[in-house]
This record gives sequence, C-alpha cells and structure tokens, in this order.
Amino acid sequence: MEPLLKVENIEKTYDGKKVLNGISFEMEKGNTKVIIGPSGTGKSTLLRCVNRLSEPEMGKVILDGQVVLDKTVEKEPRIDLNAIRSQVGMVFQNFNLFTHLSVLGNVTLGLTQVKGMKRKDAVERAMIEIDRVGLADKKDAYPALLSGGQQQRVSIARALAMDPKVILFDEPTSALDPELIGEVLQVMIKLAKEGMTMLCVTHEIGFARSVADEIIFLDEGKVLAHEPPEQLFSNNSSARIRTFLKKISELYGGE
Amino acid sequence: MEFIQLFIDSLPRLLQGLGNTIVLTALAVALGIIVGLAVALAKAYAKGPLRILASAYSALFRGTPLLTQLFIVYFGLSSIGIVLSPFTAAILAIGLNSAAFQAEYFLGSILAIQPGQITGAIALGMGRLKTIRCIVIPQVIRLVIPSWSNELICLLKYSSLAYLIQFPELLFQTRLMASKNFRMFEMFIIAGVLYLSVVLIVSHFLRKLEKRLRIPGLGTESTF
Repeated sequence: MEPLLKVENIEKTYDGKKVLNGISFEMEKGNTKVIIGPSGTGKSTLLRCVNRLSEPEMGKVILDGQVVLDKTVEKEPRIDLNAIRSQVGMVFQNFNLFTHLSVLGNVTLGLTQVKGMKRKDAVERAMIEIDRVGLADKKDAYPALLSGGQQQRVSIARALAMDPKVILFDEPTSALDPELIGEVLQVMIKLAKEGMTMLCVTHEIGFARSVADEIIFLDEGKVLAHEPPEQLFSNNSSARIRTFLKKISELYGGE
Repeated sequence: MEFIQLFIDSLPRLLQGLGNTIVLTALAVALGIIVGLAVALAKAYAKGPLRILASAYSALFRGTPLLTQLFIVYFGLSSIGIVLSPFTAAILAIGLNSAAFQAEYFLGSILAIQPGQITGAIALGMGRLKTIRCIVIPQVIRLVIPSWSNELICLLKYSSLAYLIQFPELLFQTRLMASKNFRMFEMFIIAGVLYLSVVLIVSHFLRKLEKRLRIPGLGTESTF
C-alpha cells in the first residue's frame, strides 16, 4: 500500500547551519508518529516543511498521492499550496487562535473561507468538533478568556473540523501549565485511538510511549533512530539516545 | 441678548458651511482609509517596488505642507489643463494627505497583531488575501480606533484649508458673513464653537464604537 505521507531527503539550512540533513520517513494512514530529540535539532522545522510553512532547499513531500514539495526536479510542477494546507491540520505550541473570534468563529473560519461551506453547515460541523474536545459550553467565549489548555483544545478542534488527512502537532503542551497538560494529552490520545494520522513533536515521553506507533529520534538534523517505542526505550538504544531519554524522563516524569 | 440674536441669524448660513465641512471631511477620510490601508499593507507585507512605492508615498505626503499639496492639486493641475472643482480638489488633496498619516496608524496596528495568528491562518490554507481580509483587517480596525480618532479630528479642522481654494465650508461662510456684518470677533467665536461641538460629538461616538467592538479579555484595560 502507498503510504499516506512520504517525506524524502529533506535538507534545510538556517544561517549557514544545516538544521535538517537528509530526513526521510513515511507514514501509513492512522499512524501516530512522535518526533523527539534535543532542542535545536530541527524537529519543529521538519514539521513545518511538511506543509511548507518552512521552505527546505532539498527534498520531496508526497501527501496521499499529491506532490506537496519536489525539489528533486529542475522546475517544480504547479502546486495549489492552499488546497494542500487545508488537508493538513496543524496545532501550534502557542495555539495561534484568532483573538478577535469566538471559539465557534475560530473553528468555522476555515470551513467557510477555505472549504466554501455555508454558514449553517459550518456551524454544525464545528460544533461536532468543539463537543469532541469537551468545550461545547464555551463555544461563544473568546480565546483571551480561556485557559491555555482550553485554547489548545480549541485549536485541535479547528484542525479537526477541516477533515485533515494528517495533523501536525508542534509541541502542543510545551506552553501549558503542568496541571493543564493532561486535558490536552487526553484529547490527543483519544484521537490517536480513533485512527487519526498524527505527527507530533513533543517532550511528553509518556504520551510517546503509550500512543506512538513509531518514534523518530532526531539529532543534529539527522534521524538517529526510527523505531517502535518498545525498541527505543529498551537498552539496545545507543548511548546518545539513552542519555537523552533519561534526562527527559527526569524532567517530565515519563515513568 | 444681542449675541444670541446674531447667533440665530447667522446659523442657517453657518450650518450650510458646516454641512459642507462635514461632507468634505467624510469623503476625504474615506479616501484616506482606502489609500492608507493599502499603503500600510504594502509597507508591512510587500516586497520590492510596491514597498518602495509605499514608502515614497508616505515620505512625500508627510514631508510637504498640506496647503502646498492643496494648491498643487487645485491651481497646479489646472495650469496644465486638468481643471478640478474646489470640492474635488479639496477631497483629493486632503484625502491623499491623510492617507499617508493614516497609513502609519494602520501599520502600527498591523505590526501589533501576533504573527502566530497569521501562521495559523496560512496553515489552514487561507492564502494571503483571505488572511488579510479575515484576520488582519478586523483586528487592525479594533486596534487603530483610539489613535485614528485623532486623525479624524485633525482632518475635520484641516478641512478649513479648503477655504483658500474658495470651497464654501464653515470658515468660508463665517468670513463671508463677518465681512458683511463686521462682527469679526463674535462670528469666529461662533465658528469655533461649531467646530468644537462636532469634534466632541464625533469623539463620543468613536469611543462608543471602540467599546462596542472590544473583544472580552483583550485590549487596553488599564492596570495603572
């Protein structure tokens, strides 16, 4: 079977420094993959290359048979980037909600503006997702009056409403107070179990361990390991990985 | 008593002038919003020639006196065969001048929007134009009202410069009547009172608008 997402040989340079040095991986539909690794190793950049919020110099990205990025050819074919992006959900560290719109407004905007849905249908669709993240009673609230955890759940609902083929999570719990992390992780775990395809950059080792089908360990712009959690967390891993995992477990208490 | 009689007698004529002042200001402000917003967006987001053009526009219109611009548009253009009515010339000159100042207010507000929201909209697939229309402009309007109010008030007063190209606005009418009844002192005080009344009324409604558009939890609640 063709993989849903195919990322090939991504290379990206920032200020003369190669932050991504030939990254490749594939994702099957319904998979959850977690990208971990020391800070500054290009995890977020890699994620942003998938929907081209960052522009790599080299590489190729294919989503469900559609070319998202192709730097292997002299002249890239015409790509409707907005159409592609509407199929790729994204959840950001700082939520990035639209501050002038209510919860409902945030979730319906993409539906009416990008998908061209009628207002009534958009509201109906949005309410399903707002309910799914447990915020139906907050639908008229504005982001500034919500807690961080609630805001992040709204942003997940905003991504879900678009019926994405894959959702990219960019450190979704890193900006949250410790007591608010749980509610966001719960929603993510539920989504993973329901078969959503998810690519997550996170330091939540517990989440990675229990939910990820595979973990990609990124270090200095390279894939150091790409394997199921049982294997990564076993003692067969390289010293580099074990040191990192130990450090992060102490910090985040991943057992 | 005599002053009140004078006030009542001159009011119809002055109100006519005031009406012209208000129409002129409203149209010039509208022109200023459209051009000013375009200049601000170009300064914030455009690259290359468009950005340079926007900066040049700002520099030119902010760096020369409004009266000079008004005379160039009215007398200057007519000397090369483009004859505009005083009304049209005043709207053009005052509106284009105001655009340069409004652009600075708009630009400040555009830059105050958290960049993450733009990224969020682009990631949804909204593209640049929809992002500007649905995210940037609604937020700019809210952020800009307090400083922009100032520009509207200035414009209402600067519209009196149109007197110098024979547009029959408030000051023109006042001067005309005063030169007939020789009550210079009283007449110009009445004109001043009329300007002040309009400014106070406009300020009041802008404050109301600002409150009405305010987003719960966002904005300028003072903690000082």
